[in-house]
Amino acid sequence: MTTAIASAEARPRAETPAAAADKPGLAATPPLRRREMAFGMWVFLTTETLFFGVLFFAYAAMRFAHPAAFAAASRHTDVAMGTLNTAVLLTSSVTMALAVEAAEIGRARIAARLMTATLALGIVFLAIKGYAYHREYTEHLFPGAAFHFAGPLAGGAETFFWIYFVTTGFHALHLAIGVGVVGFMAWRLARGGLAAQSAASIVNAGLYWHFVDIVWIFLYPALYLVSRS
Amino acid sequence: MTPPAALLPAPAHAASYLEGDMSIRAWLTTRDHKRIAIMFAIAITAFFFIGGAAATLIRIELATPAGDLVSAETYNKLFTMHGVVMVWFFLIPSIPATLGNFLVPLMIGAKDLAFPRLNLTSFYLYVGGALFTLAALFAGGVDTGWTFYTPFSTMFSNTNVIAAIAGVFIVGFSSILTGLNFIVTVHKLRAPGMTFFRLPLFVWAIYATSVILVLATPVLGMTLALLGIERIWHIGIFDPSLGGDPLLFQHLFWFYSHPAVYIMVLPAMGIASEIIPCFARSPVFGYRTMAYAIIAIAVIGFLVWGHHMFVSGQSVYAGLVFSILSYLVAIPSAIKVFNWTATLYKGSISFDAPMIYALGFVGLFMLGGMSGLFLAALALDVQLTDTYFVVAHFHYIMVGGSVTAYLAGIHFWWPKITGRMYPARWAQFAAVLIFLGFNFTFFPQYLLGIEGMPRRYHEYAPQFTTLNVLSSAGAVILAMGYLLPLVYLGWSLVRGARAPQNPWRATGLEWTVPSPPPTENFATQPHVDEEPYAYPPVAASRQEAAT
Repeated sequence: MTTAIASAEARPRAETPAAAADKPGLAATPPLRRREMAFGMWVFLTTETLFFGVLFFAYAAMRFAHPAAFAAASRHTDVAMGTLNTAVLLTSSVTMALAVEAAEIGRARIAARLMTATLALGIVFLAIKGYAYHREYTEHLFPGAAFHFAGPLAGGAETFFWIYFVTTGFHALHLAIGVGVVGFMAWRLARGGLAAQSAASIVNAGLYWHFVDIVWIFLYPALYLVSRS
Repeated sequence: MTPPAALLPAPAHAASYLEGDMSIRAWLTTRDHKRIAIMFAIAITAFFFIGGAAATLIRIELATPAGDLVSAETYNKLFTMHGVVMVWFFLIPSIPATLGNFLVPLMIGAKDLAFPRLNLTSFYLYVGGALFTLAALFAGGVDTGWTFYTPFSTMFSNTNVIAAIAGVFIVGFSSILTGLNFIVTVHKLRAPGMTFFRLPLFVWAIYATSVILVLATPVLGMTLALLGIERIWHIGIFDPSLGGDPLLFQHLFWFYSHPAVYIMVLPAMGIASEIIPCFARSPVFGYRTMAYAIIAIAVIGFLVWGHHMFVSGQSVYAGLVFSILSYLVAIPSAIKVFNWTATLYKGSISFDAPMIYALGFVGLFMLGGMSGLFLAALALDVQLTDTYFVVAHFHYIMVGGSVTAYLAGIHFWWPKITGRMYPARWAQFAAVLIFLGFNFTFFPQYLLGIEGMPRRYHEYAPQFTTLNVLSSAGAVILAMGYLLPLVYLGWSLVRGARAPQNPWRATGLEWTVPSPPPTENFATQPHVDEEPYAYPPVAASRQEAAT
């Protein structure tokens, strides 16, 4: 621990006792350490934003280069499953937000259940996504030798599906990591309560989960909705 | 010279970080930022000499116009190895991961970085990724150049591109975690009284560098990932035959790789800003403008990447804007050079080895920066693109600038880090030798570039012979200059005199702890109540003049 040296009295911004009393679940982590952890996660999410930023930039550049093909290709995405997945993921963010609140006020068991619900919804999302991938693969929409798209726009459509698979693939990878982290934390919480799994870490896991959710909120219209009508 | 009594080591002895458990296992699992810094230093030194070996072969090949030492293919692999190793495995981590790691907590009065375990993770990511790439470079090699330009890298190169970029990708995470750690540490762990405008400029520089690391590195990571996917499946967005755009790759690549230049040179500027005031016995001139200039360079540095693409076919209007922005970045850079010079003015200057290195840095950085203005000019750049003028320009910044400053920092803080003094005369001699050898090697390359010699060829027209022979001869001197510190610094570890707490009578919290510092850094929480660089006697006289 690095917090010993910077004592609370030396820090004017230390939390007031009243604020700490509202959230007894956080008491296990000193206030300075909590601020470090949350700040570190925000910096990490900044990095992640730039990471996905490349994909959105590539999407914009390629959409600009092949507007008609992108419009035609996006009609071949499964908007029903995309919409269902959006609902699933938004719901998982609700359960995650509630889990964070429960952990902060010290209700370990409720937090563990909510996190289990979160990771279950995450797995449902991945399952639906996997099924959508399978359908697209059998419809010869996976880029490569087997790719087939009727009409003169096949080249641009293949680019669209390349971007579709890469962006949703990286998103799914991030979600899978989130499922692993939330699952591990829920397991520790169920076994040992907030002594085994600090609420401060759950707050950070929540930030990550919501970030992955927000990425999808941008991917969903970009891949499924734009110029679909 | 005897330091005043107040500066002598405290009589109570706390175990230094070099005492206690010295087993390999203890080192490899340490979370002490000082030990991790040492491990980084050893690793990057090894990579420096690997990259240097490739450079040596390049210079030997270029000693004669005919391609007689290596084949064209081998030559391509040599300069790729040189570039990849030097950029990603030496220059990017060099100052932040070693001196930054060691010094930032000490300079701000903290016990360690905010996330010590993450710091160790960063080290293993670096070593793992770098060794992975190195294996690819030795087992067959890579011939794309360090820039991995598409579509050559995705469609045509028959070398180990995937393995090479996989390693660079992994090392990128090391950069990100190091940057994240520094940002949180500087924000949250400063000692009481250590306000942002009392931070040493080195900390400012590392902070700005960290912001670049965190914002730029993920872009490189994703771009290399897309490149890898395109190469494996032959489908993608960079190859024009697939409906893609190679300029998209170049934009994304340089969005990282231009700021990466500032990752290399901002920490170097930070080091010069510590050393020059100390050996001029004078507070740094214009402390706040120096801090703002660092931030300005970091910010504007993100907006100039397109100047690498003036002849790529990008829009000429984009080129115009990138050209103007590139000129803008010269302003804060010039402010820094002027302020270092003004710091020397009426100072009481002594030419100890760190000072010679630091002044060498300022001169070489200035020459490199000035030639950058030539390249930022659209019309002139068309003539100079891909000639040795560009090679000379960026070597002046990265080698003349960053490497010289890195050595300056190593010599300045060596007594603090190791607790030993090195032979002063040898160090001064090496500093002068490196400065001369560097100019001898790279100044002829400016002239070769102006005469039109293209880069990345293993043979050349006979009229370029004289200047190439000069350059290769200079490289021999430079190589000796780089080997010398290895010898006398190594010697000092065994035979060097014990270093006092503050051999240079420098300001800064790191000099208030024993040499080498105790594991806990500070026995008691330091409180900061004075401005940075309070060097007497000039500080006193300037204060008088102000009142």
